[in-house]
Amino acid sequence: MMVFAFYLFALSAIAGGLFTVVSRNPVHSVLWLILAFLSSAGLFVLMGAEFVAMLLIIVYVGAVAVLFLFVVMMLDVDFAELKAEMASYMPLALLIGLVLLMQLAMAFGVWEASELAASQMAAPMPADMHNTQALGMILYDQYFLLFQLAGLILLVAMIGAIVLTLRHRADVKRQDVVAQMMRDPATAMELRDVKPGQGL
Amino acid sequence: MSDFFTTTYTGIALVVLAQILLVLVPLLVSLAFLMWGDRKIWAAVQMRRGPNVVGTFGLLQSFADFLKYIVKEVVVPAGADRAVFFIAPMVSLVMAFIAWAVIPFGDGWVIANINVAILYVFAISSLEVYGVIMGGWASNSKYPFLGSLRSAAQMISYEVSIGLIIIGVVISAGSLNFGEIVKSQDGMGLLSWYWLPHFPMMILFFISALAETNRPPFDLPEAESELVAGYQVEYSSTPFLLFMIGELTAVVLMCALVSLLFFGGWLSPVEGLPDGLFWMVIKMIFVFFLFSMVKAITPRYRYDQLMRLGWKVFLPFSLVWVVFVAFAAKFGWFWGLYARWAVGG
Repeated sequence: MMVFAFYLFALSAIAGGLFTVVSRNPVHSVLWLILAFLSSAGLFVLMGAEFVAMLLIIVYVGAVAVLFLFVVMMLDVDFAELKAEMASYMPLALLIGLVLLMQLAMAFGVWEASELAASQMAAPMPADMHNTQALGMILYDQYFLLFQLAGLILLVAMIGAIVLTLRHRADVKRQDVVAQMMRDPATAMELRDVKPGQGL
Repeated sequence: MSDFFTTTYTGIALVVLAQILLVLVPLLVSLAFLMWGDRKIWAAVQMRRGPNVVGTFGLLQSFADFLKYIVKEVVVPAGADRAVFFIAPMVSLVMAFIAWAVIPFGDGWVIANINVAILYVFAISSLEVYGVIMGGWASNSKYPFLGSLRSAAQMISYEVSIGLIIIGVVISAGSLNFGEIVKSQDGMGLLSWYWLPHFPMMILFFISALAETNRPPFDLPEAESELVAGYQVEYSSTPFLLFMIGELTAVVLMCALVSLLFFGGWLSPVEGLPDGLFWMVIKMIFVFFLFSMVKAITPRYRYDQLMRLGWKVFLPFSLVWVVFVAFAAKFGWFWGLYARWAVGG
């Protein structure tokens, strides 16, 4: 049963990844990407890492992919033009792909874990903990400082992105919430007696 | 015979299937009557009669509507992306239903008793937005597209505050499992439920749930006065029915979440009375009544006000609350009111 579920998720992950690349419509690409994310979350569950699986869905599918979809849907792209442009870059792209493949093959072909690395590997999860607790222990007890520093770096990156894109435009009408709430009906409205045929 | 149901794959599959049917069939039937109740309450507030023709008191109105939607013609707009157009309502329906797998209706009465249950529900409810976005985009029409864009932004914004509010409750309960969260609220009946220590968050969660499920006053994605019916404009017949069932199921799921997180799930309000399914159902119906009343008595929000409320009011407030609860739970402030994992399950 586990084997069946594994092949189901694995195949749909690969199919999702493949169609993400070959799909002609970018919105379809994002939808296939979402399928790939969901399938890999299923694979995480099969490995007993249900916490990571749920985070993958919440963060990547629930937030990041929605924003992806959001942007892609609003883009007005001429696909034929894009395709022609892509073709001119094809040799370079193929070369980069080949180099990366070679590097991967070399890295994994002669890979040998040293004695030190093997001894430093994290111990498997204690039997009396479920993996949410185990992850919490690692992140918030053992590697507390590193975890907080990583969070700080992300915060700085976020503020940087906001600062780069923030620009104040003077010619836009803004809503002043406090002023709107403090409006007084007595001064904002006026009752006029309109005579027939005269208007105001 | 008992071996067959506990050891063989076929037997286990049959048991799970029976459990799923046991949850889904009463849920679907009760949806019909909740829909009727929703319209009746709405009508009563506006001093109308509401549905009163089909069946006694119009009780069978939803079934008549169901029949009508089923036999109508499906209209697909020209230039629509047919595959995505039909997948979207299914996504909406399926996402609303699969979340019920981890909702307990009594002590141990749950299909899948997983230990990240609340994250699972959160993940599934964050996927519900896809039905809306896909439907709006695939219609290839202006109003649905605008509606789906609004909805995407709205649902993501309010998910953030829902997540933070859930974290507060989880810190108090010390577990991500719904059974454990409910058990940690056991004790002095009504007074030991989380609505008391987490009172402001209960209100925030309720309002965020309204926004997350596109209920009035936050039904901007389908605002009929500006967008006709938002992402549902081009849908007719059964696909539209699927959207509607999905939306209503999501609302009922939020009712279940409110009663589990803040009102002690299946626990009885008075100590000594037996706990059980009855209380869970009563609480869910009560929260649904509140949803209906809000729908009846509030005018629709303006879109910029909605976003302001989500990001500038709810987010900072729930964030501060998480920090407060973390300290209160760690140091046992307020007679350990916030550190309930030591008291209950």
